[in-house]
Amino acid sequence: MHSNLASAAVVPRPLAGRPVLSPGMKRALARFGWAVVSVGLFTGLWELLWAIGWADPKLLPPPHVFLGNIPDQARFFNTATRWQIGVNPADGPSPYEAVLITIGATAMRVFVGLLIAAVLSIATGVLIRYFGLFEKLVLPTITLLSPVSPIAWLPVAIFIFGIGNAPAIFMVVVALFFHMVLSTISQIDNVSRAFINVARTMGATKRQIYARVIIPAILPQLLIVLRLNLFGAWMVVLVAESTGVGFGLGQVIMMARNTFNPSLVFFTIALIGLLGFLSDWLLRLVQRRVLYWVPETAGVLRGL
Amino acid sequence: MGSETYADWSSQDAVVCRGVGKTWAEGTARAHEALRGIDLDIAPGEFVVLLGPSGCGKSTLLYLIAGLERQTEGRIWAFRDPVEGPSPDRSLIFQETSLFPWLTVWQNVSFGLSIRGAPEAERRAVAREALARVGLAEAMEKRPDELSGGMRQRVAVARALAMRPKVLLMDEPFAALDVQTRAKMQDFLLDVWRDSGASVLFVTHHIDEAVALADRVVVFTARPGRIKSIIPVNLPRPRDPFSPEGEALRRLLTAELQGEVDRAFAEQEALAG
Ligand SMILES: Nc1ncnc2c1ncn2[C@@H]1O[C@H](COP(=O)(O)OP(=O)(O)OP(=O)(O)O)[C@@H](O)[C@H]1O
Ligand SMILES: [Mg+2]
Repeated sequence: MHSNLASAAVVPRPLAGRPVLSPGMKRALARFGWAVVSVGLFTGLWELLWAIGWADPKLLPPPHVFLGNIPDQARFFNTATRWQIGVNPADGPSPYEAVLITIGATAMRVFVGLLIAAVLSIATGVLIRYFGLFEKLVLPTITLLSPVSPIAWLPVAIFIFGIGNAPAIFMVVVALFFHMVLSTISQIDNVSRAFINVARTMGATKRQIYARVIIPAILPQLLIVLRLNLFGAWMVVLVAESTGVGFGLGQVIMMARNTFNPSLVFFTIALIGLLGFLSDWLLRLVQRRVLYWVPETAGVLRGL
Repeated sequence: MGSETYADWSSQDAVVCRGVGKTWAEGTARAHEALRGIDLDIAPGEFVVLLGPSGCGKSTLLYLIAGLERQTEGRIWAFRDPVEGPSPDRSLIFQETSLFPWLTVWQNVSFGLSIRGAPEAERRAVAREALARVGLAEAMEKRPDELSGGMRQRVAVARALAMRPKVLLMDEPFAALDVQTRAKMQDFLLDVWRDSGASVLFVTHHIDEAVALADRVVVFTARPGRIKSIIPVNLPRPRDPFSPEGEALRRLLTAELQGEVDRAFAEQEALAG
């Protein structure tokens, strides 16, 4: 059977035996390759500046220094779990585990916050357009609060929730909520009249029109808004963590600053960059799954 | 057809319009009269074509008959009942593409049934039948953006047919198509119309289209739209557009329309300047 397959494969394909990549895989690989080249260029420049003595390794340690000794850096991660009452510091998580726990904690706050913000703001926006009274009661306050910087909410988060996960998640929700409610409303107002009229001529009720026309029609734009706010969410969580909201990457950075440890700062920055990149990719994946009907415009733009 | 009294709304006509007018944004500074004094009767199974310059209120009249907008003057009846809102009996095919991009072709076609809570098997069956009638049976599982413009309009026609409407309101459905495709679509529409027995009110500003399709052509004046003339067409179908009768009709309609197009153009230029 094996020889059978082999002989069958030899004739039509010049690349027989080698796995053939789908065009999509090839494109993804190419994009990844360019990302590696881009980052490589940046780090190469940095290393060069260090090699000729322009970058002081005490202030701007080059990547081979701050990435060179990961266990050494990892000591500083997830100190909270190791300091918990009743836990012997020696029994705590290993340095690598500590890094993973810290990253996991921060990422969890970002994504839980995003999820809560998305559900809450879409629901609020839809209710505002659905019920006139609700709009009159709620919209002015939301419009008033939307320009307030999320950083201004930080003390409020700590007053209400103390320390732990809750205030960091609260910060993400607050940072996104007002903006996304207003965006939801404007998306609803921009839904094509023809779509709504089609549903009306077929006898759809107001509820059916909202559930089956308006919400699917506004989803693509809202997911884009969510993606645009993803980096904002990361930023807000880092700020929340750095003011002593428990443990996490933000807290590590703050500690690195206070103990003057540039290597640790850059190590954490590298982690945050990587995570931000990965989470954007993840959200794009979700977007493609949920919004299967939205054509990809990137191809058109690249052709310009 | 029909006297000028209001009493004859009890006639069997599919659509009766009496003194219908529409002023958009009435009572505001932006008030804008689109239609004035429209008297129009459409018999069951009749094919009526509305012809008029751009902006004269053709779409507006379809919206009023569909029940999507309220007239500001006059009254409209459909099969004895006053038109008070949209009804599945009166399907409107819109000027712009209006297929839901998040649904497949068959889900689009059976959208009206799903609104009524019909089970999937029934919805599929109805969609398959309606799509077969427009020659798109194999496109069931496709998404609208995988179709060409002409196919999309045919799906829109299938969606309207799936509701088994008694009145089919069509707003320049083939305007974006090339001449040959449009001719094909017209033939196909005539077949569908004959099978369904519905009345059709068809808006266009192509004179050839009116010549090919109409039992009667209603020519509108420039805005505010009024009925300038109603021209019966008693030519057997399929029609040869180059026959002497076809030529004569085309010349007549061109003459009827020409002055109105000039007026509409002058007005729009004045507004823009
Ligand atoms: N929703 C609306 N609100 C206000 N004015 C409108 C609205 N819809 C149409 N109008 C106005 O009513 C007039 C008639 O518009 P309508 O769309 O009925 O023209 P039309 O005959 O269909 O034109 P076309 O052939 O270009 O489609 C136009 O002057 C237009 O500006
Ligand atoms: Mg129109």
